Amino acid sequence: MDAFAQLLDRLVLASARNAKLALMRDYFSVTRDPDRGLALAALTGDLSFSSVKPAMLRTLITERMDPVLFAYSYDYVGDLAETVSLAWQQREGSRPNDRDISLADAVERLSSASRSDGPRVLEDLLDRMEAPARFAIIKLVTGGLRVGVSTGLAKQALAEMGGVHVHEIEELWHGLTPPYGELFAWLEGTGEKPVSAARAMFRPVMLSTATDLAELANVDPSEYSAEWKWDGIRVQAVSESGTRRLYSRTGDDISGTFPDVLEAMDFDAALDGELLVGTPPDHTGSFSDLQQRLNRKSVSDKQLKAFPAFVRCYDLLQEADEDLRPLPFVERRKRLEAFIGALGSPRFDLSPLVPFGNWEELEGLRTAPPHPVIEGVMLKRHDSRYLPGRPRGPWFKWKRDPHTVDAVLMYAQRGHGKRSSFYSDYTFGVWTGDAGQPELVPVGKAYFGFTDEELKQIDKFVRDNTIDRYGPVRAVRAEPGHGLVIEVAFEGLARSTRHKSGVAMRFPRVSRLRWDKPPHEADRLETLQAMLD
Amino acid sequence: MGDFFVDPVRPVDRALITHGHADHARSGHAHVMATDDTLAIMALRYGEDFAGATQTAVLGERMEIGGVGVTFHPAGHVLGSAQIAVEQAGTRIVVSGDYKRQADPTCLPFEPIACDIFITEATFGLPVFRHPPAEEEVARLLKSVRQFPERAHLVGAYALGKAQRMIRLLRDAGYEEPIYIHGALAKLCDFYQQKGIDLGPLEPATVDRANKEGFAGAIVVGPPSAFADRWARRFPDPVSAFASGWMRIRQRAKQRGVELPLIVSDHSDWDELTATIHETGAGEVWVTHGREEALVRWCEIEGIKARPLHLVGYEDEGD
Ligand SMILES: [Zn+2]
Ligand SMILES: [Zn+2]
Repeated sequence: MDAFAQLLDRLVLASARNAKLALMRDYFSVTRDPDRGLALAALTGDLSFSSVKPAMLRTLITERMDPVLFAYSYDYVGDLAETVSLAWQQREGSRPNDRDISLADAVERLSSASRSDGPRVLEDLLDRMEAPARFAIIKLVTGGLRVGVSTGLAKQALAEMGGVHVHEIEELWHGLTPPYGELFAWLEGTGEKPVSAARAMFRPVMLSTATDLAELANVDPSEYSAEWKWDGIRVQAVSESGTRRLYSRTGDDISGTFPDVLEAMDFDAALDGELLVGTPPDHTGSFSDLQQRLNRKSVSDKQLKAFPAFVRCYDLLQEADEDLRPLPFVERRKRLEAFIGALGSPRFDLSPLVPFGNWEELEGLRTAPPHPVIEGVMLKRHDSRYLPGRPRGPWFKWKRDPHTVDAVLMYAQRGHGKRSSFYSDYTFGVWTGDAGQPELVPVGKAYFGFTDEELKQIDKFVRDNTIDRYGPVRAVRAEPGHGLVIEVAFEGLARSTRHKSGVAMRFPRVSRLRWDKPPHEADRLETLQAMLD
Repeated sequence: MGDFFVDPVRPVDRALITHGHADHARSGHAHVMATDDTLAIMALRYGEDFAGATQTAVLGERMEIGGVGVTFHPAGHVLGSAQIAVEQAGTRIVVSGDYKRQADPTCLPFEPIACDIFITEATFGLPVFRHPPAEEEVARLLKSVRQFPERAHLVGAYALGKAQRMIRLLRDAGYEEPIYIHGALAKLCDFYQQKGIDLGPLEPATVDRANKEGFAGAIVVGPPSAFADRWARRFPDPVSAFASGWMRIRQRAKQRGVELPLIVSDHSDWDELTATIHETGAGEVWVTHGREEALVRWCEIEGIKARPLHLVGYEDEGD
């Protein structure tokens, strides 16, 4: 249990992807079955008990601790699980520092406990552990580790541990269950590769590389097809022998969030497409509309009605028993058109091809797309097979140029890892209110887009112009006559009730530093409001 | 009692100093009494003329100041640290100064002194503070060094006491490589070495070295304040560690951008504070220097008379 608890503590504080990968890789290599598999399940959210409510934790601790001392402690720490784990008084006679309790033991005891003796089982476990392990257990039983590890990252760590490609793991993933004994045996070279028993498995997605006119000048346009790049989320809809699944492009199962799409998957095939909301072909909703449907565990009828989801299809990967991925794009496209035509479902439509003669003509179309939910064009070579990952050449994305706005730097926060001695995360704002007495309202945060040299310059500006400090954050001078103007580039703008400004930027980044520009010439909030789609 | 002050924050005529941390030992007093190590540390930090006159207190030896008996006893906090027992008319008051009960290879262990009134520090006076054995924390540091051989490990540790204890603990754990130190640590590390505390090979963490060999796989010790500073830029992609009792609280580590919190403290944790109060047998406890209210509450529950003693000017340099 200690090793698992230590892993969690380190993952939470490691900000770099590589550091997280190294920590997981090491843990999986040195930890035995079934503990490592259970840890993997805990990290990917496939292991939780949610059997203990916060009120129960309070009861347990105040049974053994003065409530006033508990209140002082909770007030200081601010997090219930952490306070309980730290202030827990082991009962006399209980065996403290019982290192023999493995994660598997703990899981076994908790999952076999009945509802009524759950609290006693937990109490007994907490008595046998030290603070970090107590914290891990409490997090597990109250649901939610939140250590900043995605399922994709955990799979990447497994791939590196076993020296295999992550696509191999993604293909197998949905046929495996905790504690993943056969997966680890294969990765360690002591067992055969597990045979994917899963129906409706995920196929690793093919991605494109970014391009521009300069690069395309050396590419023959007659070898490529173009289609619009829709601004939704890339999905894979797979239905096989009655099993239906909707996957994100990293292979996360998002079926539960889109029952309306799942219901319409009355076919035997695997489709690649863009998830959007609206009622095709007449209406395609904006990305803000789509956000109403994302990251929800359950969907209300109201949301289903107001924001119906559908898939705009790009590709056909499997039809009945036939794997179409080795076929050239033009072949798959023909099959896709026939398939969608025959399906006749309002939840699945076709992403149309965009005919063009040369790159200049396509450039014209790209800069003036027929619909606001288009973020550029995709180029696919006629002979391209469907390959996992991001091979360079067969597929390009040629995105619409980003929007830019001139904003004023308001706050800067110290970075992590390599950047821990630099102020590298910036909050910027635009002007609002009366023109004679304007005020800045924050509209976003950016932490990349600048060179190392520019980082040094901004860092110096922050240190020289600090007016207030809050922990790692500094407020800097930002007045009409004095401050730093940043040209911020972003992909889109959505309405937001969570931000005071009422707008939220997608993918904001620093595009240029405008040392030359006085802050009062930066943009006003009205400019952003006019850009809302 | 008596015509003197213990650890005064403003210049006075006669000061008794428990230990060399800046919040306890200030310069500019007319007369200073302290252990010889503390006097030497004050001279190192403030210059030879840090006080008008000095007098060495020998641990365990009773002295008279204006009809009041004064005895210094080891406090286990840092090299030279002492508690001060003051006696008059049959009443003994012990001022703990900063103290801890965990073993520390760089200083004498704390001795519990029976007394009527115990004035205790309470830096970590909340039941959430329980420091694990320092050896375990050092083992975690060494594990991380093995896990990330391509990165430098920057260990934030206060210049007096913590830094030398961390280095000594690393040596005890079998780490024999040179340890790189920030310039602010050099004089104090030299002093510890002169006092017979072997810190092994220490080298300055210079920019020159950063440019030539680099610091991959190295352990670098420096004052925590330096890590947010331009100084830290010579280390590419470092693992920032911080050795402090505050690192028990995850949010504290997060706020400071610490990637590897090491819970190593030179102060008593909650269990040490409460056990020590019992051991002194004091009928009355005055609580100061930290989180007074919880310890006062605990004393009430235990039937010990207690009150908070709010002092200004202490900002724990050496937690
Ligand atoms: Zn102190
Ligand atoms: Zn101190």
